[in-house]
Formats: sequence, structure tokens, C-alpha cells
Amino acid sequence: MLNYPDVNFDEQRADLDLTLLEAQLRQLLPEDCLQTSAEQNRPFEADGLSAYRSLPMIVVLPENVAQVKAVLQCCHNFKVPVVTRGAGTGLSGGALPHRQGVLLVLTKLNRILDIDPDNMTARLEPGVRNLAISEAAAIHGLYYAPDPSSQIACSIGGNVAENAGGVHCLKYGLTVNNIVKLELLTASGEPITLGGSGLDSAGFDLLSLMTGSEGMLGVVTEITVKLLPRPIQAKALLAAFASVGNACAAVADIITAGITPGGLEMMDNTALCAAEDFANAGYPKDAAAILLVELDGHPLSVAAETNKVQQLLEAAGATSIQIAKDEQQRQRFWAGRKNAFPAVGRLSPDYYCMDGTIPRRALAEVLQYIDDLSQQYQLTVANVFHAGDGNLHPLILFDANQPGEFEKVEEMGAKVLEKCIAVGGTITGEHGVGLEKINQMVKQFSDQEIRQFHAIKRALDPDDILNPGKNIPTLRRCQEYRALQKTTHHHNNQPNGIQESLS
Amino acid sequence: MNSDDISTALQDQVLRAIAENAPLRISGGGSKQFYGEAVAGTPLSTLGHTGIIHYDPTELVVTARAGTPLSELEHLLASEHQILGCESPHFGSATVGGMVAAGLSGPRRPYAGAVRDFVLGCSVLNGKGEILSFGGQVMKNVAGYDVSRLMAGSMGCLGIILDVSLKLIPQPETEISLRFEKDAAESIKFTNTILRQGIPVSASCQFDGKLYLRFSGFDETLTAVQQQLGGEKISNAFWPELRDQKLAFFSAQSDKNLWRLSLAPNTPELQIVGESLYEWGGALRWLRTNEDTDKIRQLTQAAGGSATLFKSAENKHGVNTPVFHPLAAGLLNWHEQLKLAMDPNRIFNSGRLYNTV
Repeated sequence: MLNYPDVNFDEQRADLDLTLLEAQLRQLLPEDCLQTSAEQNRPFEADGLSAYRSLPMIVVLPENVAQVKAVLQCCHNFKVPVVTRGAGTGLSGGALPHRQGVLLVLTKLNRILDIDPDNMTARLEPGVRNLAISEAAAIHGLYYAPDPSSQIACSIGGNVAENAGGVHCLKYGLTVNNIVKLELLTASGEPITLGGSGLDSAGFDLLSLMTGSEGMLGVVTEITVKLLPRPIQAKALLAAFASVGNACAAVADIITAGITPGGLEMMDNTALCAAEDFANAGYPKDAAAILLVELDGHPLSVAAETNKVQQLLEAAGATSIQIAKDEQQRQRFWAGRKNAFPAVGRLSPDYYCMDGTIPRRALAEVLQYIDDLSQQYQLTVANVFHAGDGNLHPLILFDANQPGEFEKVEEMGAKVLEKCIAVGGTITGEHGVGLEKINQMVKQFSDQEIRQFHAIKRALDPDDILNPGKNIPTLRRCQEYRALQKTTHHHNNQPNGIQESLS
Repeated sequence: MNSDDISTALQDQVLRAIAENAPLRISGGGSKQFYGEAVAGTPLSTLGHTGIIHYDPTELVVTARAGTPLSELEHLLASEHQILGCESPHFGSATVGGMVAAGLSGPRRPYAGAVRDFVLGCSVLNGKGEILSFGGQVMKNVAGYDVSRLMAGSMGCLGIILDVSLKLIPQPETEISLRFEKDAAESIKFTNTILRQGIPVSASCQFDGKLYLRFSGFDETLTAVQQQLGGEKISNAFWPELRDQKLAFFSAQSDKNLWRLSLAPNTPELQIVGESLYEWGGALRWLRTNEDTDKIRQLTQAAGGSATLFKSAENKHGVNTPVFHPLAAGLLNWHEQLKLAMDPNRIFNSGRLYNTV
């Protein structure tokens, strides 16, 4: 039995008899699209954040948009919560089921509806896997740029819900920068179209508001994404450093020189050794840190940038620099980074993946802070991060079979996130708030800001049907959490991400 | 550069407006007064709220107060070899806040991004008179709803932007501009083809049987590009003139409406009589015509796009036509609800975008 605490969920509804709802849903859906037994629903009790579990009463797996609409209308009539789930790879508990609600799983809506090579767009159902888009677009020499680590499995609908990033977003942007149109259903099942075929559309930029809204404002049923021409050439450089500080300085030097690499990734010794043992990527295991720099585009530009980056890396004190000599070696360099999470997973029974973003100038300071915490808590940390955009993914290693260990990890993780806020950053760069970071939201935003978020939610989902209780903390939680912080960490209580110097 | 924080005075003015139930008409540099529906209300100017709050070139981020002149900001960025990727129009005296509120992007838009793509965070005065901060100064941030990007293009209907943090891009080492003899259809195809070859196009424009392209990158790349493509080299000064609508296409024929059509780039030419100028590889089309407004909207909508009556003809032809493309009922309802969520007393620029927003 794993020792995880009970899910800390504010959202509680009066006890509902779901029998009538279930009977109506059965009328609307084919038999194999609805399941209610604990045995069948067990696989859906958690998303990628397996520490948080909650068994859904009813799981529906509709096969088309008409069925999704019917389910939403029905749940809306009963005022029953609906949690939408894609592939379930999310890392913040955003798709954690509601104990008194319906889990709406969209994996069966997995068709690529259209690829338009002339307009460089693809029209997709929400269950299409991220990687499948690029695979299908490849015959046209096109691809879809955002590439989260989970891209083999994660779905585009989930990417929209979380505003997913990936290693290429430094140059090519996040999900929000790469979608042009959404078809969605409101909480009551009304269809709405956001965006259009052009680059602008009339009215408010609701594409932005919807992207990253964690399934709380609508259910996305169709996504039109922007495709990019596959770069003619891509070159990868692998640089080793004797200190993490030197590697951080090299990152700043590359950006300041006016170069925007397609990817700029850093791994510390723990992470790079794990990745090397797992993937034989060719990483030097004696390095304190490695940087992986990818330059892509026109062959002449790539050549010029490669020269420049090589000089900058040398000047920053790189102990070795390898330039991938062919496509095979480039893929091998990336295989290490892309498999870093599972590779680190082999070092310990469990790991906890964090996701803060900080200004690049604070990289060295925050890494030192994490190192200090690691010693204080006696928990090993492997650092993997998107150095180019300051997005950290410290992986805290632990054993969930040890009583109390997960609570210790959560406490340490909370401190890391609060440090991110303190240096002017944010508690989540790309994984979302979900339920996981609901307490840290209280740190990052004032009560007035939280109230504004609730007003937006109420405006579009007045009955609080869609994924209630996630993303935005209740005001009660805000007050309780602030009171608790006052008594325990009164030195660390800056509500609004204002600079403070503690280390 | 002037630097003055008048947020408290602005807040007081908003609180007074709420107390007196007297709607406000927000303005910055006044460069886009012509754009959108007419608004009644007491003027509120952000012009006194100026200055750079934070600029660290190594972070590629700047935070500026709303009243800061866009030209001053761009001048500062140029001294660090950085630019705003959206290349928004100045129309004379644009401010940073006005640029974000109007959400208009310039020639670099398809190749670098729109205003909203560069907004990382902002502080706003909402319709309760509260000063709120959303987003931040980092490249990736998904905490809470993305209110800061929502402000881009909201035309002041949701709140007053006090300051904004913008992502920057490095200034390209070199830029060159080339002109080719091509009609609209050929131009779309040609631009699409060379983009796919990795040629670093950073702006495109077609009118009067000619295609204008700008390329950005390293010297040696651009020399090779010019050798490969041929064409006639022209001054880069063409692009600011296009951006600020100083070309004859925009200044002449002021007796006709100026329409702004947003369409998929490869959309065939719409059957509307009038002169057109294409930007953004065909995704943005300017149209000078007095053709029936309903017909223009229907044709655009049928092609999946939208049509804005950007500037009315001087003879007031079509003056009763809504400026912005009408929204479907469900979408309009969302606009109305969001307006009330941000501005419950409806004191900010009511009606500038849509009657009920």
C-alpha cells in the first residue's frame, strides 16, 4: 500500500443520487461508452500525477461530438460536475476525477480531420496524439512545433487545456502560439467557435483565455493547429561544464548574442548520468552539467550560428563540445534528454516532477537553493530544464512506500515553487496548477486577483460544472493558507511575486 | 525618457466614475481614435503613466507603463539590438498600452507573432477599481487564466492596462527587401514555397502586380537568398510605410471604405469589386471598395474569415455598418458575460467593440 495522503479537495457537493443520471446517459451512449464499476474505472482514478487519486462514479467515453454534447446537456440538467480527460498524462492532477461527478474521456475522438498543406494547418479531434500530428504532416514537409516530453501519448485536447510547451517552445512558442481555431462546447453543451481561418479574429482573444484553462471554461471538440515547415537543417551541440554556474552563464551568453536556438536544454550530473545509462546518448558522465543546443533553419544560418555558439560555449568555460556529425548522432543527443524523466525514474521507486519558471538571471541562485533543500530534506534531486526559457523541472526522488516521505517531498516542492515566485517567476511553466499547486496560487496571486479569476469562471460556467475545484483556490483556502503561513513562515509572505531576497 | 507612475490617480478616476456611474472613454496617444465604434464618456488618458519599469536585455523582456510612447520604447530596445516582434503600427503617436489594447500587428506578424504572442503579463485596473496583476515576466507561465493575453485586442472594454511585460526578439543582423513582378495568386504560392525552403521571410506584401518581400538573418544567408531569388532590391523603408499606412494605396481613394479582411492565406480572391493589397502571405487583405457591406461580410465569413471596416469612407458611405465582424449569438454572449466579469458597471469604453460589450 502506497503512503499517499488523502486528496486535498475543497470541492464538495451535497450527496447526489446519480442513478437517474446514469440511466439517462445510458440512453444517450452506446453500451461500451459508459462504465460505472470500480474495477473498470480504477485506471481513471489518477492522471500523470499518480499521488492524487479519486475514483470517478461514472466514466463516459463518447465516440463523437454529438455524444459529447448530449453528455454535457445531461450533466448540466443534473448540475453534476464534469471533468474532461484526454490521454491522462497531465502532471498536476488537472484530470483528477470528481468523486461526485462524471469523467468525460475524449480518447475516442482521435481522428485527424484534415491537413491543409497550402495554408499550413491541421484540423484535429481532441484525442489526436501530439506526435501523430507531426507524423501525419511529414509527407508535406510540415510538423507541429510544441513537443512536450509526453508527446508520444499526450493528446492535443490536453495540450490546449494545459497550454503545453516542450523543448522547442523557446523559438516556436507554446500551444497558445500555435493554434488558430477551436470548436468547443460550453458547460451547457452550446457550440462556440473561437478564432478562424485567418491570423486574427473578431472580438476578444478568447483563444488565449481558453488555452491553459484546464478544462474549466469549455470542452474543446476540435482544434485547428498551425504547422511549420520542417527545418531544412538542424544541428545539435553538446557542451559539458565543470560547474552548473558556468553552464547557466553560457545560456545567458547565447541569448544575449541574439541567437534563438530551436532547443536549449540543461541537465545536471544526476540527471545526465541517469539519461546516459538509460539511452547511451553520449553524455560525459564526469560533467557537472551539460547543455544541449539545437540550431535549425536555413543551412547558411545554421552554419553561422553553430560557429558563434561554439565560440560562446568555449568562452563560457565548456570542458568539451561535441557537434553531432550526422542525424543519427543528433537523435542520440536528444534521446537522452527526451528520456530523462523515465531514466531518472530508474534511480528510485518514485519521483516528483516540479515545473517552476524563473528569469534566467536567477538560474544559478535557484539551483543552489534546491541543492540546499535537497541536503536539508535528505532527498536527491535531479535537475532537467528548459534553460532557454528558465523553465525548471527538478525531479525529487523518493519512495512512496516510506510513511511520511511523500509529505516531505510536497513540503520541499512547495518551498521550491515559493522560491520561484520570490525571484520573479511562476509556480508553473507548462504543467498547470490542477490540484497540485492550488496552495501556491495563494502565494502568487492576491485575493482580488483570485476573485477576478472566479468571476471569469462564473461568467462562462455559471453553475460551476466544468472541472470544479481545480486551478483557482477558493477564497476560504486563501485565507486559511495565508493564516497558516503567517504562523510558520512569516518571513516568506509576499503575495504577488514581488522580489525578495532570501536564500 | 519620462517616467511617472500615476496609477493611483487613474485608480481614483475609475473609482469616481463608478461612484458617479459615469462611463469612461480611455485613450493613449490617440493614434487609433478612428478605429472601432464611437464611444461616449468622460475621457481618461493614460498618457501621463509613462516609463520603463524593468528592462534586462539578457532576459529578452521589457516591462513598460501604458502611456510610454511606442517610438521611445523601440528606440531603447534598438540600443540593445532588440525589437518588438509584432511590429505594430505607430500611426503617429501610438503608446505601448494602445498597441496592446488595439492588438494590431504589423508586417512581421506571420513570421514572428502577433501582439498577444509577445504579451507575458500585465497590470490592469478592472471595473471595480482594483489594480490586478496577471501573467509575469517569464516566457512560460500557466498559473491561473491567461487574462494578460486576453487584454490584447480588447479595445479597452475589459479594463485599463497600466503596464505590460513584453517578450522581445533579437534584432536580425541584416534585413534586405526585394521586389518581384507577380500577381496575387502567384505571390501566395511563391511566398509559401520559399518559406518551406527555410528562406527567412520576415514580411510580405502584394499589390499592383508586384510582390514585396523582406528577409532577415545573417549577411551570408541573405546574400545567398538574393542570388537564388533574383528580384529587384528596394529600400527597407518600404515596411514602416506599409505598417503605418503611408503608401498611396491607403492615402488615395479616401472616398471608399477601407476594409481589413482576415483569411486563410491561400483563400482564392474574393469576388468583390475594388482594389486590394495583401499582407501576411495572403492572410491579411486590405480592400478599398464601396461594395455592399453585407456581401463583403458574407463572402469573408463563408471563407472562414472576418472583415473589419477599418476606416469609413470620407463621404460616410456605409457609416451605419458595424465596424467589427458580427459574432455568433453564443460567442457574443460570452463577450457580454466576460465584460460584466471584468467591468460589472460597464464604465470602460462601452460599445467600442460591440454594442453590448
